[in-house]
Amino acid sequence: MCGASFSSKLALTLYSFFSLCCINSFAQNCNNRLSIQVIDLHDGTPLENATVQTNDLLGTTDFDGNLIFENLCEDTYVLTISHEDCESLVQTVDIKKDTFRKIRLEHHLNELEEIMIISNNRNNSRTLFENKISKEVLDDYNSRTLGEVLKTVTGVSSLNSGSYLSKPVINGLHSSRVILINNGVRLEDQEWGIEHAPSIDINSIDKISIIKGASALKYAGDAVGGVIIAESSREKLLDTVYGNATTNLQSNGRGGSVSTNFTKTNSNGWYYRLQGTLKRMGDFETPEYVMTNTGFLEHNLSLKAGLNRIDHGFDIYYSLFSNRLGILRSSHAHTAIDIINAIENDIPHIIEDFSYDINIPRQKISHNLLKLRGFKNFDFGKLSLRYDFQSNDRKEYDIRRGDRTRPALDLNLQTHSIAFDLESKFENNSNLKTGISARYQKNFPDPATGVKRIIPDYKKYDFSLYSVFDIGLSNDWLLEAGMRYDFSHIDAYKYYRTSLWEARNYDELFPEFVVEDLGLNTLTNPKFDFHNISSNIGLKYSISNSENIFFNYSMSSRKPNPSELFSEGLHHSSARIEIGDLSFNSEVGHNFSLTYDSSNEKSSLVVNTFANLVDDFIYMIPVDLMPTIAGVFPYWEYKQEDAKLFGFDVKYDRQYFTNFFIGHQFSIIKGYERENDKPLINMPPVNLKNQISYSIPKMNNLNLSLESEYVFRQNEYPNNNFEVFIPTEDIYLTLDTSTPPGAYHLLNFASSIGFKSENGGNYKINLRIENLLNHHYKNYLNRLRYFTHEMGRNIMLSVSYNY
Amino acid sequence: MKIFKYALLAIPFLYFSCDDDNDTPEPINEEEVITTMTVTLVNHQNGSDVVTMQTQDLDGDGPNAPVVTVSGPLTAGTSYAGSIQWLNEMEDPAEDITLEVQEEDDEHQVFFSASGVGMEFVYMDFDGNGNPLGTQFVLAPLGAGSGSVTITLVHEPNKPNDGLDTAGGSIDIQTTFPVTVE
Repeated sequence: MCGASFSSKLALTLYSFFSLCCINSFAQNCNNRLSIQVIDLHDGTPLENATVQTNDLLGTTDFDGNLIFENLCEDTYVLTISHEDCESLVQTVDIKKDTFRKIRLEHHLNELEEIMIISNNRNNSRTLFENKISKEVLDDYNSRTLGEVLKTVTGVSSLNSGSYLSKPVINGLHSSRVILINNGVRLEDQEWGIEHAPSIDINSIDKISIIKGASALKYAGDAVGGVIIAESSREKLLDTVYGNATTNLQSNGRGGSVSTNFTKTNSNGWYYRLQGTLKRMGDFETPEYVMTNTGFLEHNLSLKAGLNRIDHGFDIYYSLFSNRLGILRSSHAHTAIDIINAIENDIPHIIEDFSYDINIPRQKISHNLLKLRGFKNFDFGKLSLRYDFQSNDRKEYDIRRGDRTRPALDLNLQTHSIAFDLESKFENNSNLKTGISARYQKNFPDPATGVKRIIPDYKKYDFSLYSVFDIGLSNDWLLEAGMRYDFSHIDAYKYYRTSLWEARNYDELFPEFVVEDLGLNTLTNPKFDFHNISSNIGLKYSISNSENIFFNYSMSSRKPNPSELFSEGLHHSSARIEIGDLSFNSEVGHNFSLTYDSSNEKSSLVVNTFANLVDDFIYMIPVDLMPTIAGVFPYWEYKQEDAKLFGFDVKYDRQYFTNFFIGHQFSIIKGYERENDKPLINMPPVNLKNQISYSIPKMNNLNLSLESEYVFRQNEYPNNNFEVFIPTEDIYLTLDTSTPPGAYHLLNFASSIGFKSENGGNYKINLRIENLLNHHYKNYLNRLRYFTHEMGRNIMLSVSYNY
Repeated sequence: MKIFKYALLAIPFLYFSCDDDNDTPEPINEEEVITTMTVTLVNHQNGSDVVTMQTQDLDGDGPNAPVVTVSGPLTAGTSYAGSIQWLNEMEDPAEDITLEVQEEDDEHQVFFSASGVGMEFVYMDFDGNGNPLGTQFVLAPLGAGSGSVTITLVHEPNKPNDGLDTAGGSIDIQTTFPVTVE
């Protein structure tokens, strides 16, 4: 090791000097001199304190990287050159006369490669199987949303509200149970809402990792469903410029996107990166009708700059995600009867000609993220410090009486967080990650809307500590164990309807929260503290180089979100009254997963099974009907019940001959209440995907593939139907919001071809046709399925240029 | 250690933004709520025969059910001039929503129906396109008996239409009044 103390090196040098003398005195023709200069291959700087050893000679280079061995005999010498933090280099030198040798040691590059390797394989846990989405797949989906690209992973589905709003569902769970990490920052974007899609642009990401059913304790302890980690790639330590420009056009929605990114890096570690995306779509279309008012406009921007050195660095990252999107015009329902009418009609009651207009109802979202991060390596490990600020602004415009153009919902969520992390490596093949973080969050619902606040004003203070330790027990066994503690204090101000406050017995349960009784409403100041522990223990057994078994148990604790605690009243977009509960405690998930993974050059197989026992699972059920002046509404309450979810998924890919590739994916998930085995709502149906591809590398990497996706009907669902009185006809009708639509089968075609351009860049052209057969179907996991079918055929053409 | 200096620069942000503006949020003026619908029926033949039907739900989407009252029986074989008033009594003073409905007459329509007793309804006011609105109407009880009258205000129906079932739009208010015809 190069880090030996100066005195020992001196001793060795002296020793070699004396040895030299001795050799000299007995050998003939031994007056040759070997001069060596050791320099950094990367930037040519001399390397001091490099050790050079040959036979029993040993020396170290001086300040200028020079070293001289004198009185060498004519012979072939094998030199071993080493330097701090470098792998040794071996070179042979034939000595016949005085010789000078310049030795380039791959100082920086070695370290760079090491970083690249770590970066490529950098798993968030060593004992959890992570599903990854590569840059190539992200490129193919660059005009789409995060929710759609995540669906390419077995066991991940999406819960949609129309064609564009798409929320990831991991192992049957979603919203607050799935945590999204964007470039190391936990996304705080009002993820609790079922019609709130993640505020993240897939064009700003180079890699996504999905951890099913467990928390990545470094980031969160409350990921009962799973964690999605989105990252941009690390900058190269070279003097170079690289980037990409992509244009995408699609037939359905008659729109497209343009996206570009540009990175400038320097070998001294400084870099910057710019990225931007613009997307514009008009109304989407089913095979039979136009989905009026479903277009959207999205523009995103990200900037990153910093210094990336081996032992220290920092970066500043800013991203803006903003969009404006139409909500299907005919999904605007005020009462249960409106929904009955919509279901009976089968097609929306408002169908207009295709248009790019984004009318009311619509959403307007902008998400700003600013991150500052620095790290430095010390003897005891890598210490990093991170500060981030996020501001999420959500405006929802609804159809309102009068000429009210103000939004009906206007929320601003601001989050500041600061975190210290320490990663230490030990010699016995073990690693320890520890960290401490604090977060402050403030939600502000603008009262100017003239509509009762859905989410109240609140301030939230979080504090967390975590520690994750892993150790290689032998060549085959790896053990990981971690624990995290989260403290949260919520301080909310909310106007409750006095009648509700009393009907829920809150006046007796929480009299201390009351600030003022204003007659119709009561101003309250609910304050809560939550102490949560989450933990994780995992084992990885390597059967061979190509086969691994992962076992993991993780316990995640999630505090109730603001919607679960504070909801009270009519939720227009779902035409139901939703009531939260102030007395909820944290939900605790116990997830057991077992994964078998085998891969070789020709094939790969991943089998994943899981069981997730969730105590105090928070979910909503209809309990009653509530008469109001606008008619009778279903009255849904959040409840806490124990639940169980289990399932398995399989992914098998195999290459036949040299050019054929066949892939299969299958996943099944079941979820029930534990007490009475009643199925949970919105569980993804069983689905089977098959893919066959043919590639011709000689023809510009032409790749043709056909994908088949069969989604079974969900046969297990809770029956939440109820009778609605139709006064005009004096009869009762059943409002059937539960029965899932039938199974469907979609065929997709994909092709790509690449060209090299003269200046070293390359073009890639993608043609993709989704729903090739223009199948007319409904999707159980689309919240708007009562009002509309899914998108028909969509032909997408994209051209991208990489340089 | 330069990086830490940069990182430390971030910390003041935290303090600046944590300023404790201990303000309680201002109450919201719930503007679009309809709490009260009052239907006044005046007998064409006898001006002193006035029947008032009212539904009032002062806590809106709160748990208290609307209070429905009908002042008295209707007289068979006559006709009544009907008018409807909608109020938002959550605001102080109460806001008369009727004016708003009349101003946006092309975006609204009132629908009438009866069950158990024979009734005839005639629209007396129309929007700019000549399609019915229904804040003014005539109600004619055909024969004696008891049953109910349902009045529905629909926002953004397809106009013209052949009735509530196919009009689309969304229901702003719908109330069934028990009636007796003598």
